[in-house]
Amino acid sequence: MIEVSKKCIGCNKCVPVCPFAAINMIDKKAVMNEACTLCGVCVQICPVQAITITREEASARDLSGYKGVWVYVELTENGEKTQTRKIKQVTFELLSAGRRLADELGQDLCAVLLADKNHNYEKELGAYGADKVYLVEHDELFEYNTDIFSTVIVSLVTRHKPSIMLYGATIQGRDLAPRVASTLYVGLTADCTALAIKDGLLLQSRPAFGGNIMADILAPSSRPQMSTVRPNVMKLCEPVHGRSSLVVRESAKLDKSLRRVKVLERKIAHDAGSVRIENSRVIVSGGRGMKTKEKFRQLEELSKLLGGVVGASRAAVDLGFKEKTHQVGQSGTTVSPKLYLSFGISGAVQHIVGMKASDVIIAVNKDPNAPIFNVAKYGIVGDAHEIVPKLIEALKKQK
Amino acid sequence: MNIVVCVKQVPDSTEVKINPETGTLIRAGVPSIINPYDHFALQAALELKKKHDFKVTLVSMGPPQAKSVVQMGMALGADEGILLSDMAFAGSDTWATSYALSKAIRKIGKVDMIFAGMQAIDGDTAQTGPGVAQQLGMPQITFCERVEVDGRRIIAHKQIDGGHEVLEARPPVLLTMIMHKDYTPRYPSFLAISASLKKPFHVWSAADIGAEAQFLGLKGSPTQVDKIYPPPQREKAAMFSGSGVEGMQRILQIMKAEHFLED
Repeated sequence: MIEVSKKCIGCNKCVPVCPFAAINMIDKKAVMNEACTLCGVCVQICPVQAITITREEASARDLSGYKGVWVYVELTENGEKTQTRKIKQVTFELLSAGRRLADELGQDLCAVLLADKNHNYEKELGAYGADKVYLVEHDELFEYNTDIFSTVIVSLVTRHKPSIMLYGATIQGRDLAPRVASTLYVGLTADCTALAIKDGLLLQSRPAFGGNIMADILAPSSRPQMSTVRPNVMKLCEPVHGRSSLVVRESAKLDKSLRRVKVLERKIAHDAGSVRIENSRVIVSGGRGMKTKEKFRQLEELSKLLGGVVGASRAAVDLGFKEKTHQVGQSGTTVSPKLYLSFGISGAVQHIVGMKASDVIIAVNKDPNAPIFNVAKYGIVGDAHEIVPKLIEALKKQK
Repeated sequence: MNIVVCVKQVPDSTEVKINPETGTLIRAGVPSIINPYDHFALQAALELKKKHDFKVTLVSMGPPQAKSVVQMGMALGADEGILLSDMAFAGSDTWATSYALSKAIRKIGKVDMIFAGMQAIDGDTAQTGPGVAQQLGMPQITFCERVEVDGRRIIAHKQIDGGHEVLEARPPVLLTMIMHKDYTPRYPSFLAISASLKKPFHVWSAADIGAEAQFLGLKGSPTQVDKIYPPPQREKAAMFSGSGVEGMQRILQIMKAEHFLED
């Protein structure tokens, strides 16, 4: 329920900030319409505390038995079955963040590993801070499958009652976590950029509206509190080699009939050029200012030298410089790499919303007033298509 | 087969402006659009309809004005539209939204395929699709680029981390779609819109779908918004000028200072 009390002075401050245009000023009093989602922005902006949102508490569940911070261990997809799968870096990042949370709560940090065969994974997991590894080894776990993996995770959670569980916001994590959350009727917060403990609860911060606002999310009345975190967001701790973790073997009754979706074919891309742009650490992006398709193609070489992938503005895609799958922005992909290097992109809003969360943005454009410079950390006013070949030359010399 | 497509009306984030003084969102006057990912999901369903003569039903949840996205979908070719609209839904997180949608889909009856966008651009969670699948006890295939149907076989081409997979499932199955060149969003003509006004359109309340109040809205949502605030402001860009070699040197210098290159 949202209510506006007599204290409302009709100051109009809440009307423009409502993300849903749900407030009208009627007779100098704020009135919410049906578009209201109870998001609470107006409550915070109101200078006289006239707006209140009341929440009926859901029937209290007994949460006292839930302890421990869990991290879902994600293994690389195997092109061939004989390949030994590796632990993905995002798992170590989650362990690094989870270690902090576990220490603050005075609880254990546990890794949850589902695999057909354990290749001493507990050593690496221990080095990054895991106290325990819950290991389920089973032939049916040779590859990720939504039904099978969510069934196993749900049974482990039910058995051991963790307080917090973290997943990578990878394609796999974003497929698995909501399935688990839905089954358990627990809260799940996607793409958290910061995690902290507030009054014993997990405080999850995430961007919303294409990064235009930040929201802090709590899940006070259900356990585990679950979050997904994108790769490259949490800082990796220094691994302590030789630090061991305790392996706890868990059994699972799994049957082929659980596998309702079957893999017919899998292609793992090995060349850097086909790395998904949303997962790339470095993106070298180009726009209309690259002038021609041939000049644009030089960005491929530059991105390879920097270990990144190529992005493109809508204009560059429309001009046929690059495929749509590389488009960054509103109608393309939202990215947040460590380094975003943009050449000849003026920075239409549609583009900006898709890349402004990048850590470091270096923009090159010949127009000093280009809007891209409003979000860039470094701006270089110059001809992009002239700088690119020089940069390639210089980087090649360094190698 | 019967196909359901879940669509959401979202604010066009390209039109969202930030108040430079308070750092808050200025939402007034911002147009609402169909969530772009849902648009691709709709096109995928409509393509199957064209090929196999499937029935396509749209489901959306939102305020009464969200009817416009359902209407647009019907103008593009969907057979029927349903809008879940009730104050009881307000404040629903992804769990409560999945609950309401799954209740509505149960009411629709026999459903073989459900299409949804991979995520919505206002929340970016990608959680509602899998939530609906789970609550209906269906398997899910997320991050699909293309979907084909061959008899009772549903073949989905999907993205995985670092590659692609081709998967097979039998109905019923829920699929979430990413944007892909094979399904370019179309927009209906004025004539098509007026013609679509004759198609069946229903507004269902929480009571209509048999949804229990305790699982809806703020009360039914496990997650709570504790605080909303503007993102940390970026400092003004450090500006340099220089083309050719000069610009190149400047970039190298910056990348070294930021530790992307070794000295």
